[in-house]
Amino acid sequence: MGGAGDTIAGDDALIRFEGIGKTFGRVRALDGIDFAFMRGECVGIAGHNGAGKSTLMAVLAGVHAPTQGRIEVDGRDAPHYDANAAREAGVRCVFQELSLCANLTVAENMCIVHPQLHGRGWRRTATRLMREKLEEIFPGNGLKGNELVSDLTLTQQQMVEIARGFTVNDTPVRLVILDEPTSSLDAHTAEQLLAFVSKAAQGGITCLLITHMLGEIERVADRVMVMRDGGIVSVLPRAQSSRASIIQAMGQHLEADKTPGATQSQVARSTERHFRWNVGVKRHTPIEAARGEVVGFAGLAGQGQTEALLAIYEAASRRGPGRAKVAFVAGDRGRDGVFPIWSIAQNLDVRWLAGGATRRRGLVDLAAARAVVEAWRLKIGIRGAAMSAGILSLSGGNQQKVLFARALASDADLILMDDPTRGVDVGTKRDIYQLVHDESAKGRTFIWYTTENEELSHCDRTYVFRSAAVTRVLHADECTEEALLAASFEEQAA
Amino acid sequence: MTLAFTQARLRAMLPAISLVAVLIPILVMQPAVMSYFGSSLLLNLAVPIVLATLAQLAIITVNDLDLSIGPFVSLVACIGATLLVKTPWLGALALAGCVLAYAAVGALIELRQIPSIVVTLGLSFVWSGLAIVLLPSPGGTSPTWLGAAMNYQTPFIAAPIVWSVLIAIIGHLLLMRSSAGVRVRGAGGNPRAMRRFGWSLVRSKATLYGVAGVFGVLSGLSLLGLTTSADANLALRYTLLSIAAVILGGGEFVGGRVSVIGAVLGAITLTLAASFLAFLNISSDWQVGMQGAILIVVLSLRVLLQRGERR
Repeated sequence: MGGAGDTIAGDDALIRFEGIGKTFGRVRALDGIDFAFMRGECVGIAGHNGAGKSTLMAVLAGVHAPTQGRIEVDGRDAPHYDANAAREAGVRCVFQELSLCANLTVAENMCIVHPQLHGRGWRRTATRLMREKLEEIFPGNGLKGNELVSDLTLTQQQMVEIARGFTVNDTPVRLVILDEPTSSLDAHTAEQLLAFVSKAAQGGITCLLITHMLGEIERVADRVMVMRDGGIVSVLPRAQSSRASIIQAMGQHLEADKTPGATQSQVARSTERHFRWNVGVKRHTPIEAARGEVVGFAGLAGQGQTEALLAIYEAASRRGPGRAKVAFVAGDRGRDGVFPIWSIAQNLDVRWLAGGATRRRGLVDLAAARAVVEAWRLKIGIRGAAMSAGILSLSGGNQQKVLFARALASDADLILMDDPTRGVDVGTKRDIYQLVHDESAKGRTFIWYTTENEELSHCDRTYVFRSAAVTRVLHADECTEEALLAASFEEQAA
Repeated sequence: MTLAFTQARLRAMLPAISLVAVLIPILVMQPAVMSYFGSSLLLNLAVPIVLATLAQLAIITVNDLDLSIGPFVSLVACIGATLLVKTPWLGALALAGCVLAYAAVGALIELRQIPSIVVTLGLSFVWSGLAIVLLPSPGGTSPTWLGAAMNYQTPFIAAPIVWSVLIAIIGHLLLMRSSAGVRVRGAGGNPRAMRRFGWSLVRSKATLYGVAGVFGVLSGLSLLGLTTSADANLALRYTLLSIAAVILGGGEFVGGRVSVIGAVLGAITLTLAASFLAFLNISSDWQVGMQGAILIVVLSLRVLLQRGERR
C-alpha cells in the first residue's frame, strides 16, 4: 500500500469535505470538518465516545444533511447530497447497528441496497452476487442465501451486512464505510475481513474503518483520522499510526477542576466495603462499594456497564447478602426515565411512594407527598413550571433533575446512575454534581456510569470496563485521561 | 442442528397442520363434505373472509393494525347494493375513492407518526356511519354480474377452493416473491434501515394501505355476491376474524413477518371451525369461543416450537 503517499500528493480526491458542520438542536455534533477521502486508501478513524465519528459517517452516507459546509464528489460540487446521491457516487455504509431486515432472507436483503434489482430473475442475481462476495471475504462461511436473517447468529449477520456493502450490481463501489465491523465477529472472521480490506484498498476501493480496536487500525490503515468533540484533532500518516500515538492524539487534558470528591472521601472512606456484588460474564467481576462512596463506571460505551448496573440492581433488590434499598437513575430519559403523561410531581414522588412514604390507613398521604415534592423542587431549583404541569413541559436538563430527585427523595441508600448527564447542559450538570456530593456526604452510596471522562473526577474509585469485564480499578488520584484511555482500549488476547 | 431445522419446518407447516386437524373430524363425521357440492357449501363464505384477511395482512406487514376492515367491508357491500346497481359509474367511483382513502390514511399515519389503532378505530365509525346513510335498513340488491360471478360453477373443484388458491398464489407472488413486495416487507422489518438507504416509508405504507383497500373492496363485493343483499352490520366480525386468521397463518404483529399462504389457510380454518360445531350439533353461540380455542392452541404450539428452536 505504498500508494498512500502519492495519492495524497495528487488531487485524486473521491469525496472532499469542506467545513462540514452538523448540529442536532443545540448539540453540536460536527464542527468544521475538512477532509479529502482519496481513491484506494484505507482511512482509520479513532475517537472516544461522542467524538462525532458516527455523525461524520452518516453525513458521508447521505443519511444526515450537513447544516453547513460543502461536499465535493469527484471534484464537483454536490449540493443535494442525500442517500441516493451517495449511492450513485459509489458510497456504501456498513452500519454499526445492523441494518438488515430480520424478516427477509439473506438474498432478499440485497434489494434494499440495490434498487436496480427487480423484474424476472432478480432473486437469482441477488443470491449469486451475495454468495460470491461472501465467499470472497469470508471463505468457507457456509451461507446459502435463502436463510432468514433472524435465524442467523450475530456473527453471521455481521458477515452478511459487510458482504452486502461490497456487492456491485451496476454502480461500482468506490468507498465503503465500516463502522465497528468487527464488534460481533470472532477472531478468525475478523482476520479474514482485515485481509480483504487491505486487498480492496489496493484494488481502488476507499475503505473507512471506524473502530475501537486500535490494533486493527494500526494494521490496515494508510492514514488515521483522530476525532474529538466533533472535530478532527490530527491526521496521522501510516508511519506514526501506532496504538500509543493514536491514544496520545485522542487524549485531552483533564480540566484542572478541583475534585471535592477526592478530598472528602479521604475522610469518609472506611476500610470495610459495605457492598459487594459479582457481575459480568459468569459473575466473575466483583464490584465493591463502601457507604458514602461514589464509584464510577468508565470505559467505551456499551462495554457492559449498563448490564453491570442492572445486575447490581437485581442483586440489591433480591434477598441475600447484597441487599440494599436501591434507586436507579436512567440515562435514556425518554425510554426508561420519565412517565410522559404524568405531571412533574407524579414523576418526582413515584419512587418515594415505593419506599419512604408514610401511609395513612393504607392510602397515600397526599399532604406528605406535596411536602416532599415542594422540598425537592426548592432543592433542585425548578422554576417556571407548576409541579402539576406535565413532565414534558420541562427542558431535558430539568427532566433529568426531576429523575434525580425521584431517586434521592426515596429511602434508598444506594443510587445507581446510568450515564445520567447524557445530553444535559453544563449548568444542570454542575447542580447534579453538587447533589451527588451532598448526598454521599450523608452516607448514600452512588454507582455512576458515565461516558464523559471529566465526570470521573467526582468519583472515589473508577472501574474501567472492556468487553463486559473490568480491566482496571483506578483510585481518584490515578484517574487521569491517559490511564483511562489506556484501560479503555486494553485488548484482551483474542 | 437437524432438530432445530425440523422444528423451524414444523413451525412453517403449522397453519396447514391446524387446517387438517379441523378438517379430519369433519370428514369423519360427514364424508359427503368431500364432494363438489359439499365443499362448495362448506366453504361458501370463505372467499370474502380470505380477501379481508389479506387486507389485514397488508397492514400487519408494516407493523400496524386495521380495526376498521369489518365496517369497511360492510360499507363496500352497501355501496355495491345501492350505488353500483342504480348508477354504476358513481358506484365504481365511490369504490375507487374508498381505495384512495385507504392509501391516504396509510400516508397520514406514517407522516404524522400516529398509532394506526387509533386512526382505524376512529375510521371504523366513519365507515359504519356512511354505510347506514347509504342503506338505513337491510336490503338492496346485488348487481347481476356480481351474483353470476360468485355463483360461477368451476369444473371438478368447487369454486370457493379455486378462488382461495388463486388468491393465495397471486398474493404470494406479489408480496413474497416480487422485489417490490420484498421492499415493502423490509419497511416492516427494519424501517430505520429502509430510510437510511433512501426508501420512502410513506410510499411503502401508502402502497400497502392501498392494497388493503383493494382487498377490502373485493371482499365486500364477493360477500354481496353471495348474500345478494347488504346491511350496514354485515361484516363487523371480519375485523377480529381477519386479525386472527393472519396470526393463525404464522404472521406476527411486529417485525413484518407474514405469510400469505399461511393467512389464507388460517382464514379457511376459521371458516371451517364455524361449521365444525354445526356438525357436532352444538349451538352456534359457541362459534366464537371455538375460534378462540383454535387460536390459543395454535399459538401455544408456536411458542413451544420457538422455544425448542432456541434451545
